[in-house]
Amino acid sequence: MIEFHIEPRSGVAPYLQLVHQVRQALRLGLLSEGDRLPKVKEVAAKVAINPNTVLKAYRQLENEGLVSPKPGVGTFVSGTLGAPAVSEHEPLRRELSRWLTTARAAGLDEESIEALFRQTVRSPTEEER
Amino acid sequence: MTAIVETRALHKRYGRRQALTDCTLSVPAGRVVGLVGPNGAGKSTLLQLACGLLTPTSGSIEVFGAPPGQLARVGFVAQDTPVYAALSVADHLRLGARLNPRWDAALAERRVRQAGLDPAQKAGRLSGGQRAQLALALAVAKRPELLLLDEPVAALDPLARRAFLQGLMEFVAEAEPQATVVLSSHLLSDLERVCDHLVVLADSRVRAQGGIDDLLATHFRLTTARRAADTLPAGMRVLHAEHTERQSTFTVRAEAAVEDPSWVMEPLGLEDLVLHHMSTPSAPTDLSPALEPQR
Repeated sequence: MIEFHIEPRSGVAPYLQLVHQVRQALRLGLLSEGDRLPKVKEVAAKVAINPNTVLKAYRQLENEGLVSPKPGVGTFVSGTLGAPAVSEHEPLRRELSRWLTTARAAGLDEESIEALFRQTVRSPTEEER
Repeated sequence: MTAIVETRALHKRYGRRQALTDCTLSVPAGRVVGLVGPNGAGKSTLLQLACGLLTPTSGSIEVFGAPPGQLARVGFVAQDTPVYAALSVADHLRLGARLNPRWDAALAERRVRQAGLDPAQKAGRLSGGQRAQLALALAVAKRPELLLLDEPVAALDPLARRAFLQGLMEFVAEAEPQATVVLSSHLLSDLERVCDHLVVLADSRVRAQGGIDDLLATHFRLTTARRAADTLPAGMRVLHAEHTERQSTFTVRAEAAVEDPSWVMEPLGLEDLVLHHMSTPSAPTDLSPALEPQR
C-alpha cells in the first residue's frame, strides 16, 4: 500500500499529483500488478483532500490502463508503465552521469543543465525530424 | 448537472451598503465549493442567504430548487464556530438529537471520540480547535445534504486546521446521501486541497466561478520581450497585461500552453489566479472565467 501527499505550492493540480505518485511508485517498483490502491475515503480523510479529486486521479489512471476498479472491493493495479522500472536502467544512468560530468566541465551549472535537458526532451529528436 | 444552490441577479443591501450585487451563480451537486474574497466582499451574506437567515433585497436564491428554509437538509457552521459555553459536549449531542429529525447519534459520538473531546467538558472550556471539531460533529451528525461553513478554520492553528479539514473530507467521502459543501476561507492552499469548485467574490460581485482544475488548466502567465497584447496568437485571451521598457507580462486564458522559443508560458497558481480576479476592478461579466455554461 502506498501513501499519498499533496504539495500545495507545486503548481500541479492535486489530482495530477496523485496520478504522478502512482506512476512514480510503479516506476520504482513500490507498486506492482495486483496491489490495491488506498480507498478513496481513506485518502480523503488522511490527506485532507477532496474525495472527488481522488476519484478523478483513479479514473485517469484507469484510462491509462494502469489500474482497474473492482466494484465493492477497491481499485487494483492492473498494468505496467510499459517501460522497465528505473532500477533496471543502470547503463542509461551511467551514460547520463558521464554526460553530466562533461556538461559541468563545459561550465554549465545545475540550472542550465536542467534547462538544456528540458528543452531537448521537448524538441523532436534527429530520427523524428 | 443539478444545481444545489442557484442565484439569479441576487442583490442584498444593508441600509445604504450594497453587500451583494447582481450575483448569479450556481453550486453544482456533490461539489466542495471554496468561497473566496476580501473581507466585506459578501461571503457571509451569501452563506446566510443560502441558509435562510437573511432574505434577498431583490433577485432570487434557490436551494434544492426552492426558496431557502429546508433546514433539516442544510447544515450551517457560522463564523468562529459558536457553541453553548455553559453546556457540556454531551449536552450538545443531546440537544442535536432533540432538534434534528435525521440525527445520527452514532456518528456524532464517533466524531467526538475521534477528536479526543471529553463528553463531560463544558464547551466554554474547549480550545478553538476542539470547539471547531464539536461544531463540525454537530453539523455532520444531522446528515445535511448541503453544508455551509463560514471561515471555519480562520482562527485555528495549522495542526487543528488540518484535523478539521480531515474531518470535513471524511464527511464528504462517506456522506449518504451525497453532500455538497460551501466553505469560505482566506487560506487558498487549504481550498486547493479540499475544494473542487471556486467562487471568487469581490466588491459584492461574483468575479469568477468554475471547477478548480479547469481554472488552473486554462490560466497562464506569459513573459516575453515587450510586445502588444494583440500580437499574441488568437485563442489566447489576455486578462491582464503589464509592460516594462523591455518586457511584457500577460495573464492569459488559453486552452493549453503554447510552446514558443520567444516566451515563457507557465501555469498560473491558484493564489495568483484568485488575486488577479479579486483585484481586477469591476471586471465585465464576460471576463470572468465562467466555465459552467452561461444561463
